[in-house]
Amino acid sequence: MSLLRGICLLLLAAAFSAQPQVTVEKPAIELTAAQEARLAELLPDLRCLVCQNESLAESRAPLALDLKYEVRSLVAQGKSASEIKHYLTDRYGDFVLFRPPFDPRTWLLWIGPFALVLLGLLVLVRQIRSTRRAAARAATTAKPADPAALKKLLDE
Amino acid sequence: MRYTIPLLVLGVLLAFFAVGLRHDPRILPSPLIGKAAPAFSLPALEFPQPEATATPPLKGNADFLGKPLLVNFFASWCAGCQIEHPFLMSLAKAGAVTLVGVDYKDADVDVRQWLGSRGNPYAPVLADLDGRAGIDWGVYGVPETFVISASGQVLHKHVGALTPDAWERDIKPLLAAAP
Repeated sequence: MSLLRGICLLLLAAAFSAQPQVTVEKPAIELTAAQEARLAELLPDLRCLVCQNESLAESRAPLALDLKYEVRSLVAQGKSASEIKHYLTDRYGDFVLFRPPFDPRTWLLWIGPFALVLLGLLVLVRQIRSTRRAAARAATTAKPADPAALKKLLDE
Repeated sequence: MRYTIPLLVLGVLLAFFAVGLRHDPRILPSPLIGKAAPAFSLPALEFPQPEATATPPLKGNADFLGKPLLVNFFASWCAGCQIEHPFLMSLAKAGAVTLVGVDYKDADVDVRQWLGSRGNPYAPVLADLDGRAGIDWGVYGVPETFVISASGQVLHKHVGALTPDAWERDIKPLLAAAP
């Protein structure tokens, strides 16, 4: 039992050894209720760069906490949401935004899925039309049935 | 041909996979490349440790102009930094380039012990205790290494432990070409 505990402690130590051991006490930043609301609206749109599928709002990674603090102080300084996003993209690139901007580099990303659906619809329509045309052609070119043969079939 | 379209679709998919699956999502491109290095002013650690009362001198961008640099964000608590440390030592010994170490969110005692036992490859070691400089440089996980030109421009960023391969392939040609 104590061996298991030892192993668990070791694993824990290993997991935390890759994190900063020092934390600098930073002064708390007071926000008004309106600023708190703006912050709460902004944070879910920002990506944590350490755990890439989490937003800054939910992440507990040390870097995410630091960035959250920076964003909080920017909100306290009265910076707008786009100014704050610029502050982050200037340093970390568009990757910090969960919704990347619409520009030539991201056209494929934004339009691609819709273009694919459209292409699929076109192929589908063409496919249906050609089957219908083939059916119609078969109907008009089919030889009229021989009345004698029909009668024979029905009588049997 | 009956299979033309499916084959075309397969070809496009394979092309996407060939590019996409070889791409490491952990490595993010830095928006700083081609721009001036972010402004910083950090206390330089002195060796041996001076009197406790002495305030360490601050060093900023202007102190490093005139020669190309590697700015290496590291920490004594970081595993990748242990891996790259021997290679950094060999670069320093060969006098290949000036290495500026930025000690990221690390205690003074720890980094002194770390560099004391392993050797110090850095020309100066700057202390980024609260990680603010790291944020300005877009650091998201140490070790990260920036190649800075003599005029103070960011030429390249390497994420993760610096390897001899990456040095030969990505960094050495840049330093040779930079004025």
